[in-house]
Amino acid sequence: MSEVEKVTVVTEDARPRLPRGVRLVHNEAQGGFVLLAPERVFKADAIAAEILKRCTGEATVAAIVDDLAKTFTAPRELILTDVTKLLGSLADKRLLEL
Amino acid sequence: MLAPAEKLPTPLGLLAELTHRCPLGCPYCSNPLKLDPRADELDTATWARVFREAAALGVLQVHLSGGEPAARRDLVEITAAARAAGLYANLITSAVGLTEKTLDALADAGLDHVQISIQDSLAASADRIAGYDGAFARKRALAAHVVHLKLPLTVNAVIHRANIERVGDLVELALALGAGRVEIAHVQYYGWALENRAALMPTAEQVKRAVGEVEALRERHRGRIVIDAVVPDYHARYPKPCVGGWGRRSLNVTPAGRVLPCHAAETIPGLEFWSVRDHSLADIWASSPAFRAFRGTDWMQEPCASCPRRHEDFGGCRCQAFALTGDARATDPVCHLSPRHAIVEQLAGVRTEADYVYRR
Repeated sequence: MSEVEKVTVVTEDARPRLPRGVRLVHNEAQGGFVLLAPERVFKADAIAAEILKRCTGEATVAAIVDDLAKTFTAPRELILTDVTKLLGSLADKRLLEL
Repeated sequence: MLAPAEKLPTPLGLLAELTHRCPLGCPYCSNPLKLDPRADELDTATWARVFREAAALGVLQVHLSGGEPAARRDLVEITAAARAAGLYANLITSAVGLTEKTLDALADAGLDHVQISIQDSLAASADRIAGYDGAFARKRALAAHVVHLKLPLTVNAVIHRANIERVGDLVELALALGAGRVEIAHVQYYGWALENRAALMPTAEQVKRAVGEVEALRERHRGRIVIDAVVPDYHARYPKPCVGGWGRRSLNVTPAGRVLPCHAAETIPGLEFWSVRDHSLADIWASSPAFRAFRGTDWMQEPCASCPRRHEDFGGCRCQAFALTGDARATDPVCHLSPRHAIVEQLAGVRTEADYVYRR
């Protein structure tokens, strides 16, 4: 996903979720996951899709990062950086609630 | 096959003009001067089929528009059909004629997003532009109900000489109404707007100030509201990439079922449009003469044909090229590289204080 300089601070105890009007869908014709938003469409790469699937409003950022680190056997610090960067940028665009 | 065909693009969006009927008379309306009559409108079942065909083609979002879409009594069924087809359903409304009860039913039917047009931040001016007393108050009330239902709201403000001094106030109004997004859409001169061009045209100074103001507001409100701009192209150096390229990202279905690459395409003489009454959407997208006419870059003349920007702005807008030069294959004269650019510079300076020709 394209990124803008983020101003929204993402804390580990936040429970991110997609607001009404923002949906993650898989679409063959478009070649993968896309995030549908008010009059905008964002292609979500594989990493972004894995993060967004976990933004249910129930899991905390900490739990999402733990889960991703375990699932993909990757260093937690690295995942945390990726996750907060993506979520902060999406929140800036009003595509995510924290 | 004479040449290897370029890969057919996959469309993202479908503009469904459900009806041309509208209670408002906005002089900047992009609908054609000759409106489709009610008797010719597609029925509910045909729209449902069009949505299924669109989804199968790869379309992700449907924009339910018009005219005023609420003028259709089957708007709830149409919205439900869009969602049933798996599409993201966006309602583009004037808010006039759309009751709170209908909005409740639309939300229950799965409507994803609502866009409400606002003509100005001052009630009297807004109602004068819309040609409808009380429209502004009605819009504010319905916007509040959209937010109450927790549906995401976009405010669309078309900008022209009568309101350009208040772009900042319009953004503030959108924030106060609870919108997550606001479109500051400088008027584009097609349809009724072309008819009213001299009455709508702002000065170059006004345009410059408004564009600068919006840039500053976007930074100030980052994270609170998304500000999208439609640029005032008569005052630009390069043309807009109209509809993201002809036959590349979107299609438009008229109330009577003709499928167009853009809403103004019927102003170009000699194009053959196919109807959803006779062909499937996939067939129209791939093979209708109108869609093939300006798809890709093979149709281009110089200076477009060898321009490094040709894959970015696709030569600008075909309808505008035709309207201003008489040649739909010409470079959009908005471009400073166009040999006909002087026309645009001249027209950008033509203003009248005469009354609007209201869309009726």
